[in-house]
Amino acid sequence: MPNLSPAAARALRRLIAPVLAGSCCAARAADTMDNAYWNMPKGVTQISHEVWWLHMFAFWICVVIGIGVFGVMFYSLFAHRRSRHPVPAQFHENTTVEIVWTIIPFLILIVMAVPAAGTLIKMYDTRDSDLTVRITGYQWKWQYEYVGQGVSFFSTLKADANAARQLGSGIDPATVPNYLHDVDRPLVLPVGKKVRFLLTSNDVIHGWWVPDLAIKKDAIPGYINEMWTKIDEPGTYRGQCTVLCGRDHGFMPIVVKALPEAEFEQWLAQEKSAAAAGTPPAAETPPAPAAAPSSSGSAPGAAADQPAAVDQPSHDP
Amino acid sequence: MAHTHADHAGHGHVHDEHAHGPERGIMRWIKTTNHKDLGTLYLWFSGIMFVIGGLMSLGIRLELFHPGLQYMDPETFNQLTTMHALVMIFGGVMPAFVGLANWQVPLMIGCSDLALPRVNNWGFWILPFAFTLLLSTFFLPGGAPAAGWTLYPPLVLQTGNSFPLLIFAIHLMGISSITGAINIIVTILNMRAPGMTLLKMPLFVWSWLITAYLLIAVMPVLAGAVTMLLTDKYFGTSFFNAGGGGDPVMFEHIFWFFGHPEVYIMILPAFGIISTIVPTFARKPLFGYASMVYAMASIAFLSFIVWAHHMFTVGIPLAGELFFMFSTMLISVPTGVKVFNWVATMWKGSMSFETPMLFAIAFIFLFTIGGFSGLMLALAPVDFQYHNTYFVVAHFHYVLVPGAVFAIMAAIYYWIPKWTGVMYNETLGKIHFWWSAIFINVIFFPQHFLGLAGMPRRIPDYAVQFTDFNEISSIGAFLFFIGQFIFIYNILRCALFRKGLKPAAARVWEGAHGLEWTVPSPAPYHTFEDPPQEVDTETPWVAGHPAVAH
Repeated sequence: MPNLSPAAARALRRLIAPVLAGSCCAARAADTMDNAYWNMPKGVTQISHEVWWLHMFAFWICVVIGIGVFGVMFYSLFAHRRSRHPVPAQFHENTTVEIVWTIIPFLILIVMAVPAAGTLIKMYDTRDSDLTVRITGYQWKWQYEYVGQGVSFFSTLKADANAARQLGSGIDPATVPNYLHDVDRPLVLPVGKKVRFLLTSNDVIHGWWVPDLAIKKDAIPGYINEMWTKIDEPGTYRGQCTVLCGRDHGFMPIVVKALPEAEFEQWLAQEKSAAAAGTPPAAETPPAPAAAPSSSGSAPGAAADQPAAVDQPSHDP
Repeated sequence: MAHTHADHAGHGHVHDEHAHGPERGIMRWIKTTNHKDLGTLYLWFSGIMFVIGGLMSLGIRLELFHPGLQYMDPETFNQLTTMHALVMIFGGVMPAFVGLANWQVPLMIGCSDLALPRVNNWGFWILPFAFTLLLSTFFLPGGAPAAGWTLYPPLVLQTGNSFPLLIFAIHLMGISSITGAINIIVTILNMRAPGMTLLKMPLFVWSWLITAYLLIAVMPVLAGAVTMLLTDKYFGTSFFNAGGGGDPVMFEHIFWFFGHPEVYIMILPAFGIISTIVPTFARKPLFGYASMVYAMASIAFLSFIVWAHHMFTVGIPLAGELFFMFSTMLISVPTGVKVFNWVATMWKGSMSFETPMLFAIAFIFLFTIGGFSGLMLALAPVDFQYHNTYFVVAHFHYVLVPGAVFAIMAAIYYWIPKWTGVMYNETLGKIHFWWSAIFINVIFFPQHFLGLAGMPRRIPDYAVQFTDFNEISSIGAFLFFIGQFIFIYNILRCALFRKGLKPAAARVWEGAHGLEWTVPSPAPYHTFEDPPQEVDTETPWVAGHPAVAH
């Protein structure tokens, strides 16, 4: 809906959404509107395109099955109601029919399972990466560490959003750009390179998800999980923590800034020299970390004796 | 029939001429070992829990009405989501089904009571204590548990004073469920009327037989898991502490080994109810009785080998991921068989649309939509996008609310004339149905869009692009809740204020088959003290059994 201002588009959506919300057609009608609010994003990687395709494929299979089954059911509700069809048939059990409606779904499943397995196998192939980033979850922020590069930093909810999100802050979230989806320091990645992520956690289980990259994995204390991405287009991609991790679970966003390779190298060199000089680079200072991890009683005793796998952060903002 | 009429004074079914009628006053309910009394108690208890859990969900929806935090801090929000789930699952849905089993299983298989009546009393009376403990945590310093009903460590170990109460409450609920399940199995296997072989049992009885086995299999697993949490927190063990050589992922495996069969514990009895109601109002035998039994048994078996589909993102190896993806997809085959069977039962029937039938039809329609999203969720690579988003919230609420809860409502409308001896108000029942069917979709359908667009679950505040659908969902939630007062009024009239209501016939619904319709309405306090005679092909016990066709 390119011709409408965002405010007008929002007002329109608000007006018609309740009408559309109940039907499957809604999603289609909405396609002409801003798809991002209705459906999974296509994303910016080959994997995310495959995942989106699988999603739509499964969706349309469900729609077709639904039309078939519900079509028969609603026709029967209409045609075989008592006033039109006063004498009920008494048939029951038909082995042929029962075999057919067991086999056909099975075949449909195979049609869905084969491409899904193919994509899954690709997603699990973390070999031959160009860059490795270690992601560590903390209550409630992320640490990114460019393995072997000596660059490491924390990424925390942006200060303006942090102020607006306090109970009774009186600040309208709509006035905060990218409310809850913006950080003080984004994860910067190169376009066109295979980036491998190693995920772990320093305290409780977190989940790292960026919808446009179609990757999501849990960051678990004592574990190192692997996943990878290869971003096709430069841009800023946003997500947030997806595993309930305590009080501020809703307030640990993820922002990935994908740069063309040359710009990325430039950025990395800058970060490296800043790290070598011992000064925290790149202007912005994160807001003070949120208070004690748990408002309800004992501190997370786990933190002290937690995983050997996690190195100390090279600097703590 | 030993007793052909009942003289009902007060709010029970008092049998003046019978020496073993109920006591008067509160002690009747405390001491009762009567399956009908206990069924009633379970159902009232579940109703109260549905209201409490519903109020919690309104708190959640209130905070989510707009972005920003207006009414509660995030910790309180997390307490509400955690307790909403625990109360609805263990206090609402499960006791409601146990209550229905208490009332109906003896009536449907023609025995006088459950096999272990005193255990039955005990099983029920544990529950008020369990939930008093659980709900009292709201008033402790630090508040109620807030780590989600899934209780994942290490987060759950950060819980404060409410932690031991939570664990003890779960133990109590488990004991209650296990005793109830044992009781139902023993009753069904030993006390069926002469001639009622297993494959002549009504499907509701079948569904509960299978459910009870699932309960016995998995409730001890949950008990073990939470006990390990308890010792990890207080006795220095490291079952789930990576720093001490333990494994937080192991908890997830153990929890979901309980958790997935638990999902079917909450839906199999609903299958049984729908398989009972549809043939009655279609006036036609169930299309495939045997295949329905086999489908339920297959679902129960599969429920034990699919648990890790709740854990696709924890990083299990590729082979495991593929196995759990395929096994999960397989569940749609027996589930599909059930849906096709219900539709085939309607086909060329002679349908009327009383309230129980309306709820049953809505169940088939909306549960199937929940099944579709379940099939999509089974695809592991796509699940990475769905996992822990509102798409999942929409999915499991579709199978639990218009699924399990609509089935419970259908069952109550269907059998309450038998229980109370009066007909509920059909007009109000239909208003309640349409109100519920519309607003349940207003609540949960937009949540599919929210999840796909990227809104995670269990967050008290969200990015502003999610505002519209959250508003719609919240409005739907409040309207749905208000509509339930129609239901409460209708039930209260039948149960307590019967004046002016139409008396119910013994066979309340003309298309109904089964032994429960051979006793008067209301069902006398004691029924089937003498077992019913051999199967009678004129009034067959099993709707859908071949005998019906002759």
